[in-house]
Amino acid sequence: MSTPTPTIKAATERAARRTGDVDLFMPVVTATPKIRVENLNFFYGRTQALHDISLDIPERVVMAFIGPSGCGKSTFLRTLNRMNDIIPNTRVEGRVLIDGRDIYAPGMDVVALRRKVGMVFQKSNPFPKSIFENVAYGLRINRLVRDRAELEARVEQALRDAALWEEVKDRLKASALGLSGGQQQRLCIARALAVKPEVLLMDEPASALDPIATQKIEELIVELKKNYTIVIVTHNMQQAARVSDFTAFFWMGKLIEVNTTEKMFTNPDQKLTEDYITGRFG
Amino acid sequence: MTTLTALCALFAVAVLVLILGYIIWRGVGALNWRFLVDTPKPVGEGGGIGNAIVGSLLLIALASAMGIPFGIATGIYLAEYGGGRLGNLVRFVADTLTGVPSIVVGVFVYSVIVLPMQQFSAFAGGVALAVIMVPIVARTTEEMIRLVPGSLREAALALGAPQWRATLGIVVPAAASGIATGAMLAIARIAGETAPLLFTAFGSRFFSLYLDQPIASLTVQIYNYAISPYDEWHAQAWAATLVLMSLILAINVAVRFFTRQKY
Repeated sequence: MSTPTPTIKAATERAARRTGDVDLFMPVVTATPKIRVENLNFFYGRTQALHDISLDIPERVVMAFIGPSGCGKSTFLRTLNRMNDIIPNTRVEGRVLIDGRDIYAPGMDVVALRRKVGMVFQKSNPFPKSIFENVAYGLRINRLVRDRAELEARVEQALRDAALWEEVKDRLKASALGLSGGQQQRLCIARALAVKPEVLLMDEPASALDPIATQKIEELIVELKKNYTIVIVTHNMQQAARVSDFTAFFWMGKLIEVNTTEKMFTNPDQKLTEDYITGRFG
Repeated sequence: MTTLTALCALFAVAVLVLILGYIIWRGVGALNWRFLVDTPKPVGEGGGIGNAIVGSLLLIALASAMGIPFGIATGIYLAEYGGGRLGNLVRFVADTLTGVPSIVVGVFVYSVIVLPMQQFSAFAGGVALAVIMVPIVARTTEEMIRLVPGSLREAALALGAPQWRATLGIVVPAAASGIATGAMLAIARIAGETAPLLFTAFGSRFFSLYLDQPIASLTVQIYNYAISPYDEWHAQAWAATLVLMSLILAINVAVRFFTRQKY
């Protein structure tokens, strides 16, 4: 690798400036970011997986994380709702602010955090329950509904939001495992949406799906952007280009560059980014 | 290679079929309705195993009621929190207990329950069988819970479920059919046990439902009749063996039916 590792700070500062630039044609970008990450380090035991990452994610945009396998993008995604907490021997340094509050501060309510920051996984993972019960689960455990009627209404709304309602409305009591792969993944999205999160984290949500199912998920992401802040990890560069407003490039646990997606895929600031996007490595 | 393994498989199945066939052949002769409902009578007067069937069912129910909940709870602990030294200790003890000869369990229960109570009893028999069940149920429960994909637990946690709710509400139900299979195996195992009952439930020639009294069981009855010098009792022992086998089969089928995967 002949490319020198660029300084991350410079990259993020440039990105921040550019975030300012795009204000004109990106009216949703607000002054305070939805998510602000400051100097984040992450360790699996003694192995450092993330190095000094600082990043702002504005509200109601789609930000894509790209990078080669093992570059830390999924790990980083999972620090945003503290899903890494369940892995033994991990350690976090630095701060992650969501709406200005540090989610790693002592006394932080992780349950409330995860309700606010929903997650969709790489492999669809519906519960071995009925379609209805899958979507209702989050509502039930968080006691978000008062009665059966409200529960049914919220489940229907979530399924509509995930563009799945028309396909399953006649078989809500059927097993979720009988759905196709693409439907299962949209069910998982509906399940995450049911508790009305503000941020949606998606870890390669379409990587196991066929092109048609992938297209549906991508259309859905663009649609959901109106109401949610979405962070999506993807291996598929075209997908990042199609759905996201901003793209962050990770490489060996470091954040190399953050830019508008348009700039990133036409004229990236870093040589390393360009090499990756043009397929010269990774 | 294929031929060799196929031959071995065939041989194993053939032995099983031979045993089953022989038991049916020898047992079916003495089998009739009176035999199933009567209590034992002196040689030459017929008599049956009605009290032993009821006794066996009672002992199995008693042992299951004690052993299965304990075993499942232990298994959940081992799978979810058993990473530390306590977990390893429990696992080691459970494995050792599985290997302990069942007569040792019988002697143990004899000394801690029968001697203080000054009485052979159905309760003591149930405890002895439960002791045999716990490690089997615990280990299969642990294995089955470990087979549940971690992604299911993650999905529940990501929706804001606390750890215990993810475990009890999602992971354990997902493993339910496997856990039921483990419980079933344990039941099948204890239904055929004789040794731990010899000096706990002891056996009885009368009909009884009292937990503090000695109680008959199919296995002990078979044992007693098989070592007797009378041909009539030998025939009855074969018939009782057939009944015992059918009973275990029926339990298996029933549990399978009630725990079949709904989703």
